[in-house]
Amino acid sequence: MHLSMPKPEQHILRNRALLIERLREIVPFENVIDEETELRAYECDALTMYRQLPLVVVLPQTVEQVSKVMALANEMNVKLVPRGAGTSLSGGSLPLGDGILLGMSKFNRILDIDYANRCVQVQPGVTNLAITKAVEHEGFYYAPDPSSQIACSIGGNVGENSGGVHCLKYGLTTNNLLGLEIVLMDGSILQLGGKYLDADLYDLIGLMTGSEGLLGVITEVTVRILQKPETAQALLLGFPTIEAGADCVAAIIAAGIIPGGLEMMDNLALVAADDFQNCGYPRGAEALIVCELDGTKSEVDHLMSVVSQIAKDGGASSIEASQSNEQRMQFWAGRKNAFPAVGAIGPDYMCMDGTIPRNQLGFVLGSIKKLSKKYGLRCANVFHAGDGNMHPLILYDANKEGDMEKAEAFGADILKLSVSVGGVLTGEHGVGVEKRDLMHTMFSETDLKQQQRVKCAFDPQHRLNPGKVFPTLHRCAELGKMHVHKGKLPFPEIPRF
Amino acid sequence: MKILAPETEKDVAEIVSAALSQNTPVDIVGAGSRAGLGRPASGDIAVSMAGLSGVTLYEPSELVLTAGAGTPLSTITALLSEQGQELAFEPMDHGPLFGGSRHAGTLGGMVAINASGPRRIKAGAARDHLLGFRAINGRGEVFQSGGRVMKNVTGYDMCKLMAGSYGTFGILSEITLKVMPRAQTELTLLVVGLDESSAIEVMTSVSGLSHEVSGFAHLPLMNAGFSSPAPADLPSKPLTALRLEGPEPSVQARKHKLVKFLADRGYQIEFLDRSASRSFWAGLRDGVSFAGTKEQIWRISSVPTRGAQLVEDLLARGVGVNAHYYDWAGGLIWLAVAPGEDAHAPAIRDVVERHSGHATLIRASDEVRSRVPVFHPQPTALAGLTKRLRISFDPQLILNRGRVREDL
Ligand SMILES: Cc1cc2nc3c(=O)[nH]c(=O)nc-3n(C[C@H](O)[C@H](O)[C@H](O)COP(=O)(O)OP(=O)(O)OC[C@H]3O[C@@H](n4cnc5c(N)ncnc54)[C@H](O)[C@@H]3O)c2cc1C
Repeated sequence: MHLSMPKPEQHILRNRALLIERLREIVPFENVIDEETELRAYECDALTMYRQLPLVVVLPQTVEQVSKVMALANEMNVKLVPRGAGTSLSGGSLPLGDGILLGMSKFNRILDIDYANRCVQVQPGVTNLAITKAVEHEGFYYAPDPSSQIACSIGGNVGENSGGVHCLKYGLTTNNLLGLEIVLMDGSILQLGGKYLDADLYDLIGLMTGSEGLLGVITEVTVRILQKPETAQALLLGFPTIEAGADCVAAIIAAGIIPGGLEMMDNLALVAADDFQNCGYPRGAEALIVCELDGTKSEVDHLMSVVSQIAKDGGASSIEASQSNEQRMQFWAGRKNAFPAVGAIGPDYMCMDGTIPRNQLGFVLGSIKKLSKKYGLRCANVFHAGDGNMHPLILYDANKEGDMEKAEAFGADILKLSVSVGGVLTGEHGVGVEKRDLMHTMFSETDLKQQQRVKCAFDPQHRLNPGKVFPTLHRCAELGKMHVHKGKLPFPEIPRF
Repeated sequence: MKILAPETEKDVAEIVSAALSQNTPVDIVGAGSRAGLGRPASGDIAVSMAGLSGVTLYEPSELVLTAGAGTPLSTITALLSEQGQELAFEPMDHGPLFGGSRHAGTLGGMVAINASGPRRIKAGAARDHLLGFRAINGRGEVFQSGGRVMKNVTGYDMCKLMAGSYGTFGILSEITLKVMPRAQTELTLLVVGLDESSAIEVMTSVSGLSHEVSGFAHLPLMNAGFSSPAPADLPSKPLTALRLEGPEPSVQARKHKLVKFLADRGYQIEFLDRSASRSFWAGLRDGVSFAGTKEQIWRISSVPTRGAQLVEDLLARGVGVNAHYYDWAGGLIWLAVAPGEDAHAPAIRDVVERHSGHATLIRASDEVRSRVPVFHPQPTALAGLTKRLRISFDPQLILNRGRVREDL
């Protein structure tokens, strides 16, 4: 595994004792973790192939503490990595040996539930699922539902702009936020939005969402909550070929239907899921679609029959409708546990996350099959079919010499393939360190420099989560330089327009 | 002022580079239908984007469309409607409000102001549907971000920044949008005769039901001189409007439930059928009530349940409110005030801040808009960040200089 991170800065390592002492002036003694045995718990996120002990872990409890820690880091020129629950699949919260790891786990309170204005204000360490749990007795829920929702924090969801199986219809994190409180590297505390829609001018909430902890630390989040649909029903559609499954997805959307969930799995994934959860999947199918329709009873009845007919016309080998809420949950259980299920046949797996134009699905899956032969590694496919977000799960054995390197090369090939058909490197898991070095396949140097200039507006010294997202770090002063040569582009030339 | 009409992205980049070398500010013009928004244009040159027009990709079953930023919005809507699709965020047409013609705007203008409409509460604004773009920044460089796929977190979400930046981050040259199937049908229920705080209560309680209402508005009685977007044969009383959209059976089922809910509470109800409903919401969205009037217009975004109290507080402060109405279940207030030198800005903004939210001056003379901050003034730290961001795209403030703030 070759991952080059920014060189540890000697002055930071030398000043560790002083830094720890000063951090303890800001937060209670035990909230600064500096013993190696305890630091181990923080050495990686869910991209476990990369590990690094942090310089020190700080667990602040108030926004004032966050502000002071950041101002101190700025003053002492120390790097800082924000961490929520550490479930990132791209290494977004991978620690730095010369950086403070700022753990947000103590920010775990729900601050305000406002049903009348359909929003909830929470601290960033609250888990995704806890928000829904807190409001469901009133018939509300928080829509974005990543499979990791029991564990992942809402702050991390904002950091990654996480999605879930319901985001085709209800949007990603970015479509469900109203307000943020953030702290910049200089310690300044900013309120963005509140319980109302639209930014006053620039959409900073939109920019913060998916910024992978590179722009500021999120200390409060106001999310929108939705009324639970009156009813929901799911269909399990089996197909003899992947192409037939992909065509069916296109036909459903072409018919003007946006299902609450529209997911697909290939045979390897669906059998693994069925073994893991015993969810009644058609084990002989080459492709399985889980399609959930929600809304009023009459609407769902109507759509269930339309979608079943589309599936029938598209040559489905099996069509099964959920007959109860329990059965609907059972249909989903396999899909939602697909990662651990594939993990069980692994022994290890690497999860890719490219998004492609949906009409390229057949071609891309065919190519993945060829790559799978070439590398001699199996690949199970799970995807958010409605929006073309694929999760090829590459199976390998970390204990086998060279297997992991092969998996990494296989993964990179899949991502390059995604980009070459008009897709993108990552649909919801983030760039982190994992896809950092592939950014050039999607962006020109000009594109990347413009993004880094945005970073400079927030964090001119590159102290916040450096080494993530961008393949090369440019100094802000260098990025800001203008190459205007007076007279070289004389104004009189313009009139030809 | 000199108007330049580039035909390619490269032309645009050359214009910006040339302007940069002379430190000459450039104003960006789509169709000019929203020229009245923001502070008055002050550049020495204007770039008309009309030449960068045309749809280059439209795949209905993929829900995606790409077009030049200068493409007329009317071209897009017509194309989409042939396939039973639409822009789900219902972009407001500013034509009527500014005394111009309808359907004149371009795609670029729509994105640059982050347009939205009554469905904002359910479907979002332009920001939520912008999948990708190409643009020319204030350094004369062509850059792009996003893509053509529905889900993408590769790099910063620059789409969110471009939407609502009023051209101060870049001149949009190409835009890729998510498009959606248009609802098969719609109808609107009108609750007649509610006062403003009862109307807000009704909208709040309905928004807590699972009937998927896609428009919540309240129209108090309008003074003479202002025309209501509602059909003329309705009783001349305040109207609280609730819109249902979707497949026919679903709309009917929800209608029955909603009628029962409202009737049980003793409310008088009227109905707008599909076509009446369409024109009602379009009129409400475009501010037709204010068309042709002399008033200064404000747009206030605040906490929905605070709407009625906010307006009451404005009146108590002596703000000369001549007409107003609510959208977004009370979260959006359109205000027409008696023309004043300061457009009542200090009082309006003070009241809005007490309730939380922001107030934008939408219509006033050039002279007033160059003196009174058009966008809500920001606290110091935020104002500083706003400026640094602006400079990160356009260090010499070449693009739309002064359009959003005097020092930007
Ligand atoms: C089994 C499994 C299933 C998953 N399924 C999905 C899925 O369906 N959809 C999906 O989108 N993702 C999924 N993920 C990925 C992951 O759960 C999400 O990215 C999640 O949002 C990360 O949240 P976290 O709290 O763990 O954040 P972390 O991993 O701790 O951090 C994520 C990023 O956000 C930053 N960050 C965290 N907190 C803050 C803060 N308060 N302020 C500023 N920056 C911060 C970090 O620096 C880092 O860059 C899955 C992961 C696993 C392990």
